[in-house]
Amino acid sequence: MSAMSELLPYLVLVLVGFLPTEVWRMLGIVVARGIDEESELLIWVRAVAVAVLAGVIAKLVMVPPDALAAVPLAVRLTAIACGFAAFLLVRRSVFVGVAIGETVLVVGATLVGR
Amino acid sequence: MALPPPNDPPPPSALIFFDGLRKSATSVFSLVLVGTYVGIGALGHDYGFSLPWVMLSTVLVWAGPGQVILITALGAGAAAIEVALAVGLSSVRLLPMVVALLPLIKGRTTRDRELLLPVHFTAATMWVESLRLLPGMPRERRIAFCNGLAVGFMVFAHVGTVVGFYLAASLPLLLTAGLLFLTPISFLVSTARNARFLVDRLALGLGLAVGPALAWAQIGLDLLWTGIIAGTAAYALDRLREALR
Repeated sequence: MSAMSELLPYLVLVLVGFLPTEVWRMLGIVVARGIDEESELLIWVRAVAVAVLAGVIAKLVMVPPDALAAVPLAVRLTAIACGFAAFLLVRRSVFVGVAIGETVLVVGATLVGR
Repeated sequence: MALPPPNDPPPPSALIFFDGLRKSATSVFSLVLVGTYVGIGALGHDYGFSLPWVMLSTVLVWAGPGQVILITALGAGAAAIEVALAVGLSSVRLLPMVVALLPLIKGRTTRDRELLLPVHFTAATMWVESLRLLPGMPRERRIAFCNGLAVGFMVFAHVGTVVGFYLAASLPLLLTAGLLFLTPISFLVSTARNARFLVDRLALGLGLAVGPALAWAQIGLDLLWTGIIAGTAAYALDRLREALR
């Protein structure tokens, strides 16, 4: 019985974490059959993938998880805009974009929170 | 340095795997992953999960936003079916990523079971870096390289998880907020860096606009629709521009 209750969290992890995620990846193998590197369809699929990722980004900023939600929306939006601007201005560097975005978020939240 | 003669046998896949591992260490994403998973480790600790459970969730789920949902929803006592649905919806993005990645790594003789590992490893970080690095690489090396890259990323994620789990109690709220902000800001700038063609830039811009609009209107499956609407519009606009040229 106690072995059972120790294993239960792992069973839950597989059922509600692993399977719902993995099913999309495996479906991808099926869908990808017959699409080659040069195909026009691939350009569309890539556009869809980029757009979904953009949707994830927007959602994480607009409706963020717990701790990030404590930072006001205006600060979150300013931070992501500044990070993106810094990326464009400084040799398209991902590092610079992330560093500036994070700095603006932390400084902005501190100033607003006072 | 002289180029090897063209009929050289390809290096063993262990070497290529190692090359992928090495590339992960110099990628800005390893920093982003350590930070992100410090946040996830702390979250797991706060919601009462064990460290092995959180680390196994990284190995099995391997999708940051999905793991955040999994931990917070399960920890808050949501019904299993509800959690499964929420995790599944957040992971829809992996489908088009896999479909866009596979034609780059598949060769004529590649068997499906060789694809299981790179497909399981597909997540935003590995996908973005693979699409950037693979085109300059011989096709037969790409699967081993992707596996090495992803395993390297996963090691960094585990380091972050352990640190976050043990520091959870002493992490100030503002730092946790900053760690959670790493995912959107790094996804945004790295996707922008990879968007060399107009169609990809349009898809990024339109997705950023359409995503919140659909979420605000409380449309079900909003991420999936964001992808289809914004992705198709980007594709159509790009074709239109080609036609008008």
